[in-house]
Amino acid sequence: MQHKCLLCDYVYDEEKGDPEHGIPPGTKWEDIDDDFICPDCGASKQDFD
Amino acid sequence: MTKLVIIGTGLAGYTLAREFRRRDTETDIVLITRDDGSSYSKPMLSNALSKDKHADELVMGDAAKMAADLNADILTNAHVISINPQEHSVEIERKAEQAQEKTSNKETISYDTLVLANGANTINAPIEGNAANRVLSVNDLEDYRRFRNELNENKRIVIIGAGMIGCEFADDLSNVNADISIVNLSSQILGFMMPEQAAAILQEKLSEQGVKWYLNNSVSHVDNDPDAHSNLIVTLKDGTKLKSDIVLSAIGLRPNLSLAKDSGLDIDRGIKVNRYLQSSHKNIYALGDCAQVDDLNLPFVMPLMTCARALAATLAGEKTAVRYPAMPVALKTPCYPIVVCPAPRRVDGEWDVEITEQGVCGLFKDSSGSILGFVLMGERTKEKTALAKQLPDWLP
Repeated sequence: MQHKCLLCDYVYDEEKGDPEHGIPPGTKWEDIDDDFICPDCGASKQDFD
Repeated sequence: MTKLVIIGTGLAGYTLAREFRRRDTETDIVLITRDDGSSYSKPMLSNALSKDKHADELVMGDAAKMAADLNADILTNAHVISINPQEHSVEIERKAEQAQEKTSNKETISYDTLVLANGANTINAPIEGNAANRVLSVNDLEDYRRFRNELNENKRIVIIGAGMIGCEFADDLSNVNADISIVNLSSQILGFMMPEQAAAILQEKLSEQGVKWYLNNSVSHVDNDPDAHSNLIVTLKDGTKLKSDIVLSAIGLRPNLSLAKDSGLDIDRGIKVNRYLQSSHKNIYALGDCAQVDDLNLPFVMPLMTCARALAATLAGEKTAVRYPAMPVALKTPCYPIVVCPAPRRVDGEWDVEITEQGVCGLFKDSSGSILGFVLMGERTKEKTALAKQLPDWLP
């Protein structure tokens, strides 16, 4: 599953995760902390589709 | 505090309201906006054409939905006439929604805490000619709507300015088969953000998409074509004449300061605020494109979000100073991915540029070899987070 930031188009791909920002591959979107912010623009988790 | 009033419903105003509401469900929130209060992401305006998005499709929530979500009052189509810091009030004038209402529509809104989030306006180039008023710029959703409507029938476009926004629009427009010319004051596009060799690569990529360049030049006149009324004739400083349907100006932004200035707030390039986003008046704060935190006025989303979270905490009683790490910015140029992280202050240094098949890595270094800024292009944009961590904080 992919989730896109509505403010800047950054895409979080569950399969790939985001190891650069400490999220291991395979991490489900719902398992990511609510304080997660978009690594590209700083938007909140709730700004993702 | 029992009443928080925010001027502006762009990303700064709405993000602050939301972050504050997460911490405080009691305090009254009033947002005042000169437009219809639609919530949208401004960065998306510069690549919405190739996604075939109409202005309405960019709206994430209208004023009614935002008011319900935030449990706030949103005063739309409201122009703030003045702020009275001694009385803790602002005077506004609302455009009448029903024409039959003849009564005065001025209102006085009181506040305990006021936040200015009223953004920046586009700088207008000094252009003469009988169609100078047809020069467009795209700085908000209504501007985008007008631009997109004109674009339906017209395809020849002159863009003034080859900075970040000008290049983003050029890339976006080239995907909808527009005939694009860019006029830029200097010979190098993207100005100080990157070294000459790197800028030249983006210029070449955009040229491959059909973009034509008029560098070391500027627009002096825009006139109606006497032979065909819908056409514009754009005259450049060197005498070149270009036929065009649309002229789009993208030469930069200037913070909206008149309200702050008239209210007696300290201003510089932006509204001067300290690390707590507090202006020279104790109960008035500012954030976003209109604000200057210490010496930095940074009209980008990441600094704005950082400020909104810090200010929300402070206003909810947990005093929080804003801290800026180095914050890279991704350009919306799908023809060639670019991330820039320019040094936020004028510093002496030199570019150390490596160009390979994977892309470009340019490091801006001071005399001791410390990295102060960078540009990454192509595949090498992946290195942005690791590199940004090596840079000194912008506001420690």
